[in-house]
Amino acid sequence: MPAAPAVSPAAWAEVPPAPAWWRVLASRILTFWTVELWRIGHDRTEIYTRAIQPALWLLIFGETFTRLRAIPTGNVPYLDYMTPGIIAQSGLFIAIFYGIQIIWERDAGMLNKLLATPTPRVALVSGKAFAAGLRSATQAGIVFALAAVLRVGLIWNPIHLLGAVLVLVVGSAFFSTLSMTIAGVVLSRDRLMGIGQAITMPLFFASNALYPVHLMPGWLQALSLINPLSYEVDALRGLLIGTPSFLLRDSVVLAVALVAGIIASSKLLPRLAR
Amino acid sequence: MLDGRPAVRCEGLRYSFGSVEALAGVSFGVRAGEVFGLLGPNGAGKTTTIRVLTTLLPVRQGSAQVLGVDVARHPMTVRRLIGYVPQQLSAEANLTGYENVWLFARLFDLPRRQVKERVWEALRMMDLEEPARRLVSTYSGGMVRRLELAQALVNRPRLLVLDEPTVGLDPVARAAVWDRVRSLREETGMTVLLTTHYMEEADQLCDRVALMHRGVIEALGSPEELKRSLGAEASLEDVFRHYSGSQLDGEDGSFRDARSTRRIARRLG
Repeated sequence: MPAAPAVSPAAWAEVPPAPAWWRVLASRILTFWTVELWRIGHDRTEIYTRAIQPALWLLIFGETFTRLRAIPTGNVPYLDYMTPGIIAQSGLFIAIFYGIQIIWERDAGMLNKLLATPTPRVALVSGKAFAAGLRSATQAGIVFALAAVLRVGLIWNPIHLLGAVLVLVVGSAFFSTLSMTIAGVVLSRDRLMGIGQAITMPLFFASNALYPVHLMPGWLQALSLINPLSYEVDALRGLLIGTPSFLLRDSVVLAVALVAGIIASSKLLPRLAR
Repeated sequence: MLDGRPAVRCEGLRYSFGSVEALAGVSFGVRAGEVFGLLGPNGAGKTTTIRVLTTLLPVRQGSAQVLGVDVARHPMTVRRLIGYVPQQLSAEANLTGYENVWLFARLFDLPRRQVKERVWEALRMMDLEEPARRLVSTYSGGMVRRLELAQALVNRPRLLVLDEPTVGLDPVARAAVWDRVRSLREETGMTVLLTTHYMEEADQLCDRVALMHRGVIEALGSPEELKRSLGAEASLEDVFRHYSGSQLDGEDGSFRDARSTRRIARRLG
């Protein structure tokens, strides 16, 4: 092996300065975004395979129920109505299993290495959560393309699209913190898989993704009220198809849920390091 | 500010996992600039000691200082001063070698304009420039280990902590890792703290070693001193057997240790 170039011991003895906390937080989010983009670039198979499910929902469920007119959605065709719900759903399905990655990183020793860097737990979880949001956004790109092919009446205004991507990133980031929180409690991949599968469909069906809330029975309406997915879909629908929505309320609910998720999962993260 | 102090100082460290006492009062010091080895059988408490010093586990009883910084009170400062390579092969297979090291350059808050230069510096030190743009999934076990050393070196740490650095590697790859650790110490004056249960590794690499057994340090000194203490013909393996016992012991080596070793062996193919 050739000799390595000498680095002076003086340079080695420098103690790096500690940046302000907000710089650390922003830096970690950007860092994990970059790494996530590299991962997606190196292996795009997951993006394509994960596109199958939303495609089936739109092509089969959406087309059929549009013809049946079984779900009253006012003047909006059912396919248009459900498309924002399917975008949110594809983000949820990606994010809810993100905790598995944390457990895998624990098993591979990578989590310990990350935790031994000067990265506060909150910044580490935030970086991971926003990386999940970014992956969901790239996934949504495929659903948008499919919607264009199916002539879904989306508002193709760049500001609306940007707003929708932001809502999707924050919503998916929240669901990934939920997943990381569960990972911090159950500590095993198999248990997390089981719980993830058990809660995904209830979260989806107890939301306004497929049908208006007022059509649900009372108990399901109550569940929908505390389900962040409903607020995400409401905001996406307002931005993408122009139905009346409560964008400010939805954004506040999603932001508060995300902060709570980050705090909970960062508190539980050290359990995975032991 | 930190110069002239011991690189590591532990006093009466105790740590328990439930009812199992992993550390039962560990005290030792590591001099600045030396290669110091923690030796012992599986379950002796080597990795737990390392985890406390790298801030992965809290200091519950006793005290620990790294380069004069109190580990319990200033964990974030300690993390800025150390480089850590865990026992498992933990580089990300779906990223290139360059990207793996870049990640750690960013996590150590290196100035943006220096990142590229420092990533290449670390890769060069580990002789990984040529394969740097390849996915790590194509690397051999020895290359992954050197890549992890590059990740740990990118922030130019004052203390390099290696947990079983050559476990699962073939003799050639093992010798390459030793070679790199030796030259790093000579070129940079960095302190190295490593754990191992390979006697040859301790003999070849370490200035001083501490023999751990059941959560305490049984003996401490240079490999030569420890061998001499048992007699003219004694090897370090004899010293190891003398202090840790040569019989099979049901309490030594947890399921987690065995699982971890098997996982590493599997990843190495």
